[in-house]
Amino acid sequence: MMLRPLLPAPVLVSAILLSGASLGSPITTLKSPRVEIPASDLVFPSGPGSEQINGNCLTCHSADHVLNQPSLSKEAWEEVVAKMIRAYKAPVNADDAEKIVEYLATTKGRP
Amino acid sequence: MDRQKFVPHPMTRRNLLRGAGAGSLGLMPVPAWARTMVDFHVPGGPSTRPITTAYPQKGPMVLQRSSPPWLETPFEVFDKGVFTPNDQHYVSWHWATFPSEIDVDAFRLTVRGHVNQTLSLSLNDILRGLPRVELAAVSQCAGASRLYVQPRVAGAQWANGSMSNALWTGVRLRDVLDRAGVKPGARVVRFGGLDEAVMPGAPKFLKSLDLDHARDGEVMIAFAMNGEQLPLLNGFPLKLVVPGWCAVYWIKMLNDIEVLDKPDDNYWTTTGYRMPDTPHGTVKPGQTGYKLVPVTRILPRSFVTNIKSGDTVKAGAPTATRGISFGGDCGVARVDLSIDGGQSWRPARLGDDEGKYGFRQWQTEVTVPSSGPQSIMVRCTNTNNETQPTFPVWNPAGYMFNTIETTHVIAA
Ligand code: HEC
Repeated sequence: MMLRPLLPAPVLVSAILLSGASLGSPITTLKSPRVEIPASDLVFPSGPGSEQINGNCLTCHSADHVLNQPSLSKEAWEEVVAKMIRAYKAPVNADDAEKIVEYLATTKGRP
Repeated sequence: MDRQKFVPHPMTRRNLLRGAGAGSLGLMPVPAWARTMVDFHVPGGPSTRPITTAYPQKGPMVLQRSSPPWLETPFEVFDKGVFTPNDQHYVSWHWATFPSEIDVDAFRLTVRGHVNQTLSLSLNDILRGLPRVELAAVSQCAGASRLYVQPRVAGAQWANGSMSNALWTGVRLRDVLDRAGVKPGARVVRFGGLDEAVMPGAPKFLKSLDLDHARDGEVMIAFAMNGEQLPLLNGFPLKLVVPGWCAVYWIKMLNDIEVLDKPDDNYWTTTGYRMPDTPHGTVKPGQTGYKLVPVTRILPRSFVTNIKSGDTVKAGAPTATRGISFGGDCGVARVDLSIDGGQSWRPARLGDDEGKYGFRQWQTEVTVPSSGPQSIMVRCTNTNNETQPTFPVWNPAGYMFNTIETTHVIAA
């Protein structure tokens, strides 16, 4: 039922139209895409630690990634920053890491 | 079973467009902010997201993260039919290093490792040199609906739109492996794409499947979705399709297949994407002492698509109610609705079966008895007799949420 070999071209087209997806003739070649991927120039709002978070946390993902996170406890933010360093090799020194956790616990904290 | 397609009804379309979130359709006079923002109404963090049209080959999408892109399918799209249009199929990347242009003549898919013969396949080899197959399947992120878990957890704050269904065309992974000739002693097959880790020493994004799964004849290498080549952001030119399994396995821009004679020790397999080995993957916040296992198959889910929470319905009169469902790693057996908080359930009629791994539409009429706040609950049971749970699924990483959905309406 699930994985069916493709039928000869004329039958194929009607079979697929019946199945509800829109398409023309079966694909035989691919076209080289050339697109532009939007970049983000969003930065973290200024405040104590914003220099450190802007300096360390925008290399791999845009600021909206962190800003869209829920409010978390300080321990949870500590865990996040530690994971970035340990798992994803974010080059953050201990001093900056502490300031970043403070920034997050202040701006996106939860008791 | 009714074999029919449910066409949007003009009356309910209007309901759908009312209020925040549906504004991107721009068909009704809605406030300007509603045309560019969607509000998911969740406590504990930012609940609005922009609707963006800035991404190549993509229509209006919910912007969860700019870079690397996390673009969610606007929920109203799911009311239009079971196949998600390619330009609104959701997008998720781990590393922002994937190329923005690809030369189809230069592209090669390598098959290497514990095989008799290393292969370097051109796109021509794949499009013309191997038997073609097609299959409808839902791609759903392991972290789908994480936005709704309580207490809230870190990670991609997906609402319900990190899922999409497409008719995939491609070749069987088994046929490709057979061409290379898997050597005795092979155990797993590992897949990688054109995206690379950002920092030296950071883990490249890789996932693997046991050899038997890889050779099951269903896992495929897709070069088309809904009859067209893949949008670049969905993994052009080749994407691994693992029917019934979480999208994390569906490697995009697939260019490397490695057969291993030992378990995969890469980070994304051994450490990332793991959930509690407990019923429904659920634990209590703070609970310890359970085993972690990799996320694998997707679970049954169902949604009302033509009525949103906050909408008004008529009390004491039937309201046409429809939506979508999927069984996960098997088909949909039934979809039931409840208007009394889950005490009693009534079956909905199922629409055409477009393949057991795809979305299945359902439709029914719901009559809420009296005016005031009312709720419509919808529940899918799959053909393995697995049903969505009533209790809130919760684990620290927010994986595999599939609690029964409730739509809160006002009857008048
Ligand atoms: C070296 C790359 C890199 C850097 C630098 C980095 N991150 Fe991450 N971050 C990732 C990856 C990879 C993920 C996994 C999710 C994804 O994007 O696919 C992630 C995920 C997250 C998450 C979601 C929770 C989770 O565990 O997945 C948060 C929150 C986060 N990062 C915050 C930060 C903060 C704060 C900083 C600055 C200290 C930071 N990141 C720096 C790579 C990085």
